[in-house]
Amino acid sequence: MSVRIEDKLFLDRFRVADEAHIRIADGEVCGNLCIEQPCLYFCPANVYRLEKGRIVVAWEGCVECGSCRIGCPYLNIEWRFPTGGCGVSHRFG
Amino acid sequence: MAEEFDVAIVGAGPAGSSAAAVLAQKGVKAIVLERGEYPGAKNMSGGVLYGHDLAQIVPDFGAKHCPVERNIVESQIWYLSEDGGYALSFLDRAFEGDLKFNSFTVGRAKFDRWLAEEAARRGALVVPATVVTDLLREGSRVVGVRTDRPDGDIRAKVVLLADGVNSPLAAKTGFRPEVKPEQVALAVKEVIELSEETINERFHVGAGSGVTVEAVGTVTKGMDGIAIIYTNRTSLSVAIGANLSDFRKRLVRPYEMLEDFKAHPRVAPLIACGKPKEYMAHWIAEAGYDAVPGLTGDGYLIAGDSGMLFNALHREGSNMAMTSGRFAAEAILEALERGDFSRRGLDGYLSRLRGSYVMADLKKYRCFNGFRLRHDELFSTLPQDAAYAARQMLTVDGTPKKLKQKAIRRKVFHDISPWRLLRIVWDGWRSVK
Repeated sequence: MSVRIEDKLFLDRFRVADEAHIRIADGEVCGNLCIEQPCLYFCPANVYRLEKGRIVVAWEGCVECGSCRIGCPYLNIEWRFPTGGCGVSHRFG
Repeated sequence: MAEEFDVAIVGAGPAGSSAAAVLAQKGVKAIVLERGEYPGAKNMSGGVLYGHDLAQIVPDFGAKHCPVERNIVESQIWYLSEDGGYALSFLDRAFEGDLKFNSFTVGRAKFDRWLAEEAARRGALVVPATVVTDLLREGSRVVGVRTDRPDGDIRAKVVLLADGVNSPLAAKTGFRPEVKPEQVALAVKEVIELSEETINERFHVGAGSGVTVEAVGTVTKGMDGIAIIYTNRTSLSVAIGANLSDFRKRLVRPYEMLEDFKAHPRVAPLIACGKPKEYMAHWIAEAGYDAVPGLTGDGYLIAGDSGMLFNALHREGSNMAMTSGRFAAEAILEALERGDFSRRGLDGYLSRLRGSYVMADLKKYRCFNGFRLRHDELFSTLPQDAAYAARQMLTVDGTPKKLKQKAIRRKVFHDISPWRLLRIVWDGWRSVK
């Protein structure tokens, strides 16, 4: 079934922090070593996207589950909590 | 903040706020640090909470306007194939009478805020929008927390880590080993708005009463997982999740799986014309007993999801969070009295957990996570074949039933060997007995 993640993230309230809370430690690892690039699939907010052969990080729409931090086969993702009060805010939860 | 507190609590979820409420009631100077804009802003669960454990902390929670969505009177279990599947339902009038509020649904953004407000009313200081980035240590002893606020060091005699299953703080400080993908499920959830009357009609319940549905089967695409539909007052919580290591292996997109679940013939009529209001994702700490870290150390304790206290079979976590938070508070009270905040001084926490249902249940189901992970037929072949069998027996086409049975047996044993089938039943029984 085709579904646009944007339609889902649009429902949520985000307060975007000044700086990114996610960073790919070494871009070369994604391009040269990581064959399956599972982050492109399992991330529930589709934060990781392939653009011109490189993985880009749309951290602003992160729903903060943490899966990429432990799910990256090369543990190549630096992930911390957004600054206090920033990021996603559930209204119902 | 150069002020010193008796207790610093990381996280204003059910564990942290329960502990804060118990401590503040005894006049202990406690501070709760919450990274969300308000308590509950970052939190998600299916949404079921348990009155028994809450009443130990807030006995008159009904009178205090606990934001209950619906009192659960019926529990359904579905075993789904692609085109339909089985449903088993248990309804009991007792849950509207003597056992009212045994379990009820909540929205965590509302409930967690309410519980934190209760802790604050009793005198705890709840500080939202503040991330704890590190622990302050003297030697091996934890003596406070570092926050992301300017001059954000807070000293405390004891630190209670109740920061949930996803804890970069744990990973950074090593007080708990970083979680492994096979130890957690990744769940996504959508809150779908419907009128109160529509929900009452579709789930055959009266005002204020509700239903929980847990669905297992092909909906998780062969991955070890579960889907749920819980009734709130004017919305449904529809969620689906699977073990993170399975997600990684099978390259499934969680939100596509959610959309497929919503289109399932059992689900679609229940959510028809509903309006999606919120989308979120969270881990479930389902690894159980063997993933529980050391829960005490010099100057600190760990409670709730942060300590992997979760019963995956019965989907109980919020109760263990509240009760472990209360136990932690009681142990801290003893430690304060004795002035001993060492691991030994905090031992009362572990003995309370061991003497309660928390550790008893975790121990009972310690093999359940491994059982599910090792038998992916439970989420693929088995539900498909079970549905095939029912469809064959219910199809009236002139074929004698005996021939149908034979055909079913042939297909099932072709898909799964009798030996393997026996193994699943045996291992399954052993993992929950």
